[in-house]
Amino acid sequence: MNELLRRILFLPEQASDYARQVDALHYFVIVTTMIGAAGVFLAAIYFFVRYRRRSESDRTPHVEPKAIHEILFIGGPLALFLLWFAIGFPQYVSLSLPPDDAMDVYVQGKKWMWKFAYPGGPNAIDRLRVPAGRPVRLLITSRDVIHSFYVPALRIKMDALPGRYTQTWFNASRPGRYEIFCAEYCGLSHSSMLGELVVMPAADFDDWMAQQRRGLASAQDAAPVPGEPVRPASSVVEEGRRVAAEQGCLKCHSVDGTRHIGPTWTDLYLRDEKLASGKLVRADEGYLTRSMMDPAADIVNGFQNVMPTFQGKLSPPEVAAVVEYIKSLKTPAAGSGPSEGPVYESVPRK
Amino acid sequence: MSETTATAAPSFLAHHFESLEKQTHAARLGMWLFLATEILLFTALFTAYAVYRYLFTPDFQAASRDLATWIGLVNTLVLVTSSFTVAMGYGRAVRGDGKGTRALFLVSVLLALVFLGFKVVEYSHHFHAGELPGRLYVSTRLQGPGAPIFYALYFLITGLHAVHVVVGMTILAVIGLRAGRGAYTREYHVPVELAGLYWHLVDLIWIFVFPLVYLI
Amino acid sequence: MNPSPASELQGYNPRNYLNSPATGLKSWLTTLDHKRIGVMFLVAVTVAFALGGFFALLIRLELLTPGPTIVDAMTYNRLFTLHGVVMIFLFMIPAIPSAFGNFLLPIMLGAKDVAFPRLNLLSFYLYLAGASVALYGMVHGGADTGWTFYTPYSTTTTTKVVPILLGAFILGFSSILTGLNFIVTTHTMRAPGMTWNRLPLFVWSIYATAVIQILATPVLGMTLLLVAIEHAFGWGIFDPARGGDPVLFQHFFWFYSHPAVYIMILPAMAVMSEVVCAFSRKNIFGYKAVAYSSLGIAFVGFFTWGHHLFTSGQSTLTGGVFGVLSMFVGIFTAIKVFNWTATLYRGSISFTTPFAYFVGFLFFLVFGGMTGIALATMSLDVHWHDTYFVVAHFHFIMVGATLMAFLAALHYWLPKMTGRMYPENWGLVAAVMVVLGFNFTFIPQFLLGNEGMPRRYFSYPERFWALNVASTAGASVLAIGLVIVLVYLLVAIRRGAVAGANPWGSRGFEWDTPSPPPPENYETTPVYTHGPHEYHEDPEPPRHAAPEPKHV
Repeated sequence: MNELLRRILFLPEQASDYARQVDALHYFVIVTTMIGAAGVFLAAIYFFVRYRRRSESDRTPHVEPKAIHEILFIGGPLALFLLWFAIGFPQYVSLSLPPDDAMDVYVQGKKWMWKFAYPGGPNAIDRLRVPAGRPVRLLITSRDVIHSFYVPALRIKMDALPGRYTQTWFNASRPGRYEIFCAEYCGLSHSSMLGELVVMPAADFDDWMAQQRRGLASAQDAAPVPGEPVRPASSVVEEGRRVAAEQGCLKCHSVDGTRHIGPTWTDLYLRDEKLASGKLVRADEGYLTRSMMDPAADIVNGFQNVMPTFQGKLSPPEVAAVVEYIKSLKTPAAGSGPSEGPVYESVPRK
Repeated sequence: MSETTATAAPSFLAHHFESLEKQTHAARLGMWLFLATEILLFTALFTAYAVYRYLFTPDFQAASRDLATWIGLVNTLVLVTSSFTVAMGYGRAVRGDGKGTRALFLVSVLLALVFLGFKVVEYSHHFHAGELPGRLYVSTRLQGPGAPIFYALYFLITGLHAVHVVVGMTILAVIGLRAGRGAYTREYHVPVELAGLYWHLVDLIWIFVFPLVYLI
Repeated sequence: MNPSPASELQGYNPRNYLNSPATGLKSWLTTLDHKRIGVMFLVAVTVAFALGGFFALLIRLELLTPGPTIVDAMTYNRLFTLHGVVMIFLFMIPAIPSAFGNFLLPIMLGAKDVAFPRLNLLSFYLYLAGASVALYGMVHGGADTGWTFYTPYSTTTTTKVVPILLGAFILGFSSILTGLNFIVTTHTMRAPGMTWNRLPLFVWSIYATAVIQILATPVLGMTLLLVAIEHAFGWGIFDPARGGDPVLFQHFFWFYSHPAVYIMILPAMAVMSEVVCAFSRKNIFGYKAVAYSSLGIAFVGFFTWGHHLFTSGQSTLTGGVFGVLSMFVGIFTAIKVFNWTATLYRGSISFTTPFAYFVGFLFFLVFGGMTGIALATMSLDVHWHDTYFVVAHFHFIMVGATLMAFLAALHYWLPKMTGRMYPENWGLVAAVMVVLGFNFTFIPQFLLGNEGMPRRYFSYPERFWALNVASTAGASVLAIGLVIVLVYLLVAIRRGAVAGANPWGSRGFEWDTPSPPPPENYETTPVYTHGPHEYHEDPEPPRHAAPEPKHV
């Protein structure tokens, strides 16, 4: 039944359980719409025939509705619409609640390609490999204008905004290859900004990832983009370390636990920091990013408001890299909070 | 308003209205609706200001403190006084004193010129200090990301208001001169009333702009 | 107006607004007669529609093959932008209100003109000015941002965005002045006996439209101005590199543009309330429900704009609030659909061309409206947002409902406006082509959206090919049908059969005047004792007041 309706409605394959659930709602909406519409049309057609004009001197009665008519006309549809909403809204909310063990992937849209980066792992262009049966969280941003990351087979879509991160997540249930589209008009080659989601069996994915981290990056996946300055293939974390050194962050923030002009970065990620205002804030990606863009906003208690803003000085991928670098600075005995996902080893430099 | 019928002042009654009373009522309703659209125009800008103030509170506070509050205060007093003289001018029109209306409206126009003069002083100060909107911002006093946005909104809001001051001045001048030539009577002076309404709106908008931009 | 001699009522009114008080170009360009202004608007919006339709045909031709067909990507991107800008700002928003609203509103109220005739003429010239500025931009390449102008693309692209934005800004003022005029006219110029509950339903919906026009358009004006300034001078408040928020633009833009879609549909509903009563010779079922639901749409429509931002990264709670409110706004349309259908019960239905368009309108409004509600069911929107499903949804409403209503209005009121009748056989033939062509154009697009084809795509994967061909085929049939309509209407205006004052036997109040109406509409003010479309008794001749009545 699911398959029959899916084909009639030209829906793509259902690459996840979420997609299946959304389609179930889709069928419900379509079927009730068709039934309701058929009711209206049949009534109308019956009236066209039954009450067609028979003579020019026809008189018609003055008909007024009874209250019950209007109550049905209002109450019926309203109840139906709210029922649809009551099913769809929780599904929508679930898209913003990734499980704690979701694997992160950074997605960056730029005119006119998708770049993917695994924390501590390889970078890729236009091809996103993920394991089947494991939740994957996408942290999406843009280098230039608004794009939108869309995978029809998963029924997910999220805008890629410059200067911000948005997130969505999925759990692809079985291996396969699925199209990725850009779904927000972004200029000349908007319709060529295609990508491919490659869902691999979990074991194959683990092998592939281990291979990547051993530095045997395949030329295709990590090839530099024509026109981009060529850097040696490096992980996001290494990139972050380089940016932090070049931009002078390490002049104020230590990486060995000593207190200096700014808070130390060791074990900073997910630490509960007390602000000057007395509030507690968790140093997650959002806080770390914000601290770089608007440092005066939430100053940690005991430190001065002397940090300059890096807005406009760091490109969004550089910001992301610094965040990843900070995340990697965990002492082995880190106990400040629950471990958020796999511990990333730095790729050894050649 | 007056209780005369249409036959008393036939030259004022338009062909499509049944009575002067209806015509006056329509004119007032139309003007109030137009004022509503003007308010919505500014509401869009005020909303943008509120949003960015929330996002960049310290930068906005610092930039606001930097403005010359005394100029804003003087300008407020100037505009309020000009509204007062406009109201007085309307009072003259009710009594049929067209020349009195003209004199008072022209005083209001002069006060408006004083207002614009002060704005010119303020703007040139900002130009010299490099406190300009968006990518033109080159001042080194305030470094936060909110400063260029503050100035973008500052120039947009006060600039749009200044445009409305110029339009209002023109209307007051034209209506005032016509009143002086005896175009309106004790029975019919609706254009004077409408000109006054417009000017009061221009003043009212400034009464919101001043605290929002200069004081908080 | 003294009861006209029988010969005048039967025939063509010799002294009418077309030849009195003067003829010649100058008398038209300086006219203050709302009927002449309405006709000038009608001509202008028809030309605009032809231009927007031409762009649409080029788009559909390009999409006949998955790769480049007749234009390159940059040209295609400009084409869909200009198609949207022309159709929305130059046709959909002004067409029914400024053409038919202007012509009919005073007549339906028993008035001699609108409240502010000179403002009315000004709004026409503002339309021309805005259209000219936008046209200048088009001739110089036009914009490639989509009609939604999302930042930061619109503030950084090198195409001619500023003239298009300024053109739309000026057109906004035309819209505001029309709305203002209509509201004041409805409040202050009703003839004696015309209480609010006796107003023609056309007036109720036009009034609700006018309320939206004056409240929403200023916000759009400001927003477009901000984008133009940012594009031209770099005063960024939407530029993320300078601390700006591009999503704030989306909020501002849709705060106007969602109510704007109600500006586009309410006048269509206005027309249909008249047509269904006239062609089933029956009073409307549930007058108050239909009347007040127009106000309901106008009011609730202001609080639903966030449903265009479900995938923009805004909070789920915010999204949820907008989703629920969107469900409520659909109820008012549902009420109207049921009431229109129930009006047919025990009516006396004449299946002529205007009624044929009503049938199309009803079918398409139901599907267009229901797919709108489906889109508001948030998880479904995540899949459908920015795909052809949305394109199909809004074309079902804009073409399937509003264009059908425009065509119905043309055919219903042609006799009143010109004194002549169109050929009924051609009318039905063209209506069938339009309805069939429309279905074949846009139903495939729903399926393309389900498949995942995004909007604004110059090239597409091969698996979308067949449905695109079907859509283009349908568009050709639709285009031919529309051309047929244009041709026979133009012929009918010159050489159609004389229609007489009331060829339809309609009891709408506008049919109490001769065809075409005299310049002053009514020599003496009519007095109304009941509402319009009362068909259960013999018609009474309209009463007229002694000079200078007191308003009730």
